[in-house]
Amino acid sequence: MPQMNMVQAINDALRFEMRRDDRVVVLGEDVGKVGGVFRVTQGLFDEFGDDRVIDTPLSEGGIIGTAIGMALYGLVPVPEIQFSDFIFPAYDQIVSELAKYRYRSGGEYPAKLVIRTPVGGGIRGGHYHSQSPEAQFIHVAGLKVVCPSNPADAKGLLLSSIRDPDPVLFFEPKRIYRAAKGDVPDGDYMVPLGKASVVRQGNHVTLVTWGAMLYEALDAANQAAAQGIECEVIDLRTLWPLDIDTIIASVKKTGRVVVVHEAPKSCGLGGEIVALVNEKAFLHLEAPPRRVTGFDTPFPYTLEMEYLPLSHRILPAIIETARY
Amino acid sequence: MSTASYPAPSPAVSPAPANDGSVHPVARHPHDATAPDVVRALREDGTLDPKNDPGLRTEEVLSLYRAMVRTRLLDERLVILQRQGRIGFHIGSLGEEATILGSAFAMRQNDWIFPCYREFSAALWRGMPLQRYIDNMFGNANDPVKGRQMPDHYTWKKGRFGSVSSPIGTQITQAVGFAWGAKVKREDTAVLVYFGEGATSSNEFHNGMNFAGVFKTPVVFMCRNNGWAISVPTERQTASENFAVKGEAYGIPGVRVDGNDLFAVVKVTRDAVARAARGEGPTIIEALTYRLSGHSTSDDPKVYRPEAGLDPWRRLDPIPRVRQYLERTAGWSEAQDKQIEAEIDAELKAAVVEAEKTAQPSLESMFEDVYAEMPWHLREQRDELLRGTRAKGHGQH
Repeated sequence: MPQMNMVQAINDALRFEMRRDDRVVVLGEDVGKVGGVFRVTQGLFDEFGDDRVIDTPLSEGGIIGTAIGMALYGLVPVPEIQFSDFIFPAYDQIVSELAKYRYRSGGEYPAKLVIRTPVGGGIRGGHYHSQSPEAQFIHVAGLKVVCPSNPADAKGLLLSSIRDPDPVLFFEPKRIYRAAKGDVPDGDYMVPLGKASVVRQGNHVTLVTWGAMLYEALDAANQAAAQGIECEVIDLRTLWPLDIDTIIASVKKTGRVVVVHEAPKSCGLGGEIVALVNEKAFLHLEAPPRRVTGFDTPFPYTLEMEYLPLSHRILPAIIETARY
Repeated sequence: MSTASYPAPSPAVSPAPANDGSVHPVARHPHDATAPDVVRALREDGTLDPKNDPGLRTEEVLSLYRAMVRTRLLDERLVILQRQGRIGFHIGSLGEEATILGSAFAMRQNDWIFPCYREFSAALWRGMPLQRYIDNMFGNANDPVKGRQMPDHYTWKKGRFGSVSSPIGTQITQAVGFAWGAKVKREDTAVLVYFGEGATSSNEFHNGMNFAGVFKTPVVFMCRNNGWAISVPTERQTASENFAVKGEAYGIPGVRVDGNDLFAVVKVTRDAVARAARGEGPTIIEALTYRLSGHSTSDDPKVYRPEAGLDPWRRLDPIPRVRQYLERTAGWSEAQDKQIEAEIDAELKAAVVEAEKTAQPSLESMFEDVYAEMPWHLREQRDELLRGTRAKGHGQH
């Protein structure tokens, strides 16, 4: 099984699917000859040509709007938005059109895309290259939201997303694009949507997280273990629809939950997870659920490592929750 | 108001002055329908200019005429139903029948239509049964969109007719992408996309025109310049000379047509489709027409539009103009008008009776089609709703 980083694994998934299904097209800014600013689509242009790997005009709204039309025609477009911060010019097409097509047409016109976009901070990108807007899409009926944390999942979840009948936002945590390495199965490999992964077993505190923050949560869990606190760490993988069963089963075992995410705290996915835990496992709780998150500020440049919920902020929350 | 109550077209139509003629030496208002660059086929005496004659057979003209009258009568009846509180909303096409039906007619069988929200006549032309359209107006269980959208937001895939959205211009990029899909697959399919002149101010117009120009997609942009975007007049949408000229900035040829001239609309749309089929890419058509009614039943145009301004447009009404042609070429008579009006009236009445008898969509259906398969959170919310008490007024339209 070859070792790959996230970039290589996503590239491998795209190449595999484009060879398997000639309806799959990739479009976006710089995705063609240059292979994307993070080189995720590198080599696809040479193999599949400019009909299927399309450098577009600089317009996110145009990319998503035309991709919806292509999907309605019967293609399977995988548009790239260069940074998730730049997705907002396409927001109306995503939330008012793409997400609603199946519903508003009484099921006649399912429109299906996988929008790939790098997400998150920690790469010295500042406000416009570091945000985590997943909650703004989770709130929208009709979308699925995915965020892998390792190369094998990135490949498996992307192949599942492309073959899924619903529109998917595929957030790629760019901080670990090259840092996360691992074995990636050859050929056709799918990781089902809607299934979280229990990355570490433990009986004392449940940590729920996703994307690049998984590694911070694991680091904090290892430090907590040195103090006798065993954390169960859940990597959501699919952010919406949520794998509620895995979360609730774990909280019923541990009685304690800490959610970790990069996005701002208020109205983030962490708040929804805490609400669901309260609704479904209140009598099992031994401590108030906690959130360790980014702040309700714009994303800062110089102080980004203070903004991100790194392990030094997660560890105290684990300890306080465990000892409540 | 029925078609018969419109005065016959005047032999000497003089365009009313443009609202802001002093600032803009070239009027872009639809009052400009008689300007020399505007393609016209139907002359004031009911004969056709051979240069722009699309060569329609008499039965084709008769069938389009009947569709125009049906559209007019539907529009009028739906407004009444809304005023009676029997339906919630209607957004009509009064005065724009020639633009919509002429262009829909000109598309080939394999071509597609991406609508705005004012083109129910194009959906009916494409085979949507009247009953389904009326079901949509009532949002009942047989509504093609299952009562999920406002009236006049229908869909008709069998007729290669897209899905109606409320936000302005969103269909433009989608139509371009659809046509682009046909091009990628090397299939001979063109797309007609409708929008009003107000939509040319939207992001999507710019995006759609730009992508279509760059990728030479087989699209016909049909800009219905009907004078108003709700209360905002044409002069407030652009500082360009007109709307067709906007194509130039994107490398797309633009053509202006008298949108109240059925024959001219057929001609320019056919030319645009032929151009698309030759692989030469998109065309933008500016159809100069006029919205004789308000924007919708929620709008009172008397607040912003002097009634006197309607006079030239009543004289240019597309329906009497085609009738005059038919009187001359096919001996069409007042009695035949009365007969088709009676037929349409009966058909419409029956459809309304049927729609009012049809139940609302089921409660469960609210949760269907959000995703291909219903996820757990929607199943939970559905079951909670079903267990609970019903909202007051449930069962009414």
